[in-house]
Amino acid sequence: MSPLLYVAQRGTAVILAVAVAVHLGTILYAVRGGLTAGEILGRTQGNLAFFVFYNVFVVAAAIHAPIGLRSILREWTPWRGRSLDGAMLAVAALLLVLGLHAALAVYVA
Amino acid sequence: MNAPVPTASLADPTIEAAPYATLTVRIRRDDGFQAFTVARRPAQTVLDVVTEIQREQDPTLAYRFACRVGMCGSCAMTVNGRPRWTCRTRVAAVAENDGLTLEPLRNLPVVKDLAVDMEPFFQKWTAAHGAFEPGAAPLDDFAVVAPDSPERRAVDAGIECINCGVCYAACDVVTWNPDYLGPAALNRAWTLVNDVRDRGQDARLEAVSGDGGCQSCHTHMSCTEHCPKALAPTFAIAGLKRATSRSALKRFGARHFRRSA
Ligand code: HEM
Ligand code: SF4
Ligand code: SF4
Ligand code: FES
Repeated sequence: MSPLLYVAQRGTAVILAVAVAVHLGTILYAVRGGLTAGEILGRTQGNLAFFVFYNVFVVAAAIHAPIGLRSILREWTPWRGRSLDGAMLAVAALLLVLGLHAALAVYVA
Repeated sequence: MNAPVPTASLADPTIEAAPYATLTVRIRRDDGFQAFTVARRPAQTVLDVVTEIQREQDPTLAYRFACRVGMCGSCAMTVNGRPRWTCRTRVAAVAENDGLTLEPLRNLPVVKDLAVDMEPFFQKWTAAHGAFEPGAAPLDDFAVVAPDSPERRAVDAGIECINCGVCYAACDVVTWNPDYLGPAALNRAWTLVNDVRDRGQDARLEAVSGDGGCQSCHTHMSCTEHCPKALAPTFAIAGLKRATSRSALKRFGARHFRRSA
């Protein structure tokens, strides 16, 4: 992996370490007093801070995970080269789209 | 840092062998394992065992050694599953149930029996720019290097490598990723990155980066665990990760954020 990908993966790891902790806290907060979708959304939707936070979380994960997945695939399969890099960009795009879509859905729901 | 040389004392349990005891030695040959029986002797090393088998029982057994005292780096093999210098490993310290299993070093092509081809190992040493680069013109004067400067200390920490290949055999990343330069070559590169006289730093940082470079190390620490010289290639590689990151960020910044002149 190139030094810039390395920096990107380690930098996003720092963000993720914080984000995962906040996310767990959010789960605890959201499930207090009722577990239906409506009750949970009642506490989380329309909160701009949550929306911004989850966008940052999603972007960091979309950068972090494909870089790591690329290393794993290079070690465990013979897959190399541009097709692998292209596939990892696609994984990043998929994570980004699904993640941002979910964050938006919770915000406006 | 040098590994401490153990002083032999009669209280050392690895010195005295029980009289009449024997050792069963399984050796991986080109066509599978072959078993030999060898007498236990006082202060016997694994290399003594291999030599005895080759001289007394089977002259076709191939292996390699030179100095017998932990200086040349040619006698490394896999002993009961772990890479070791055989000349500095006492049988009593590693035998399991009076048995030894000897195999060639991992991650290198076998020439015959216990002898491996070290060529890929040294090619990677060269590929990592493991040689001092003096630059086009010699320095005008001697370079003054304070012994306690951080650079000199970093060099000291890694300079005693004798190219035995033990760390290279211990590293799973080398197994998974045949392009990976490996702990010894990267450790060597780190000593040169800290050599203030060297004039080839940019090219070296480039050479130790990428899918075969320091960024591929997973910090498993097997190299550091097994190095018989008690060197710590893992920390040398961590240093390279920092140095290459710094220089890549600098170049990135210069490319994208420098005001055009
Ligand atoms: C607590 C937050 C996280 C931290 C601190 C973190 C840290 C790291 C670090 C340091 C590595 C490099 C390991 C190495 O090169 O040896 C890594 C690799 C990786 N990470 Fe994360 N990570 C976090 C969350 C995540 C998440 C949420 C995902 C998935 C969406 C993920 C997927 C991966 C993958 C696939 C690898 C490659 C495995 C490897 O290289 O060994 N990580 N992570
Ligand atoms: S770093 Fe240690 S184990 Fe690796 S080649 Fe050098 S002396 Fe041998
Ligand atoms: S620390 Fe790095 S070089 Fe050393 S064994 Fe682990 S992966 Fe290999
Ligand atoms: S024979 Fe030289 S290091 Fe073992």
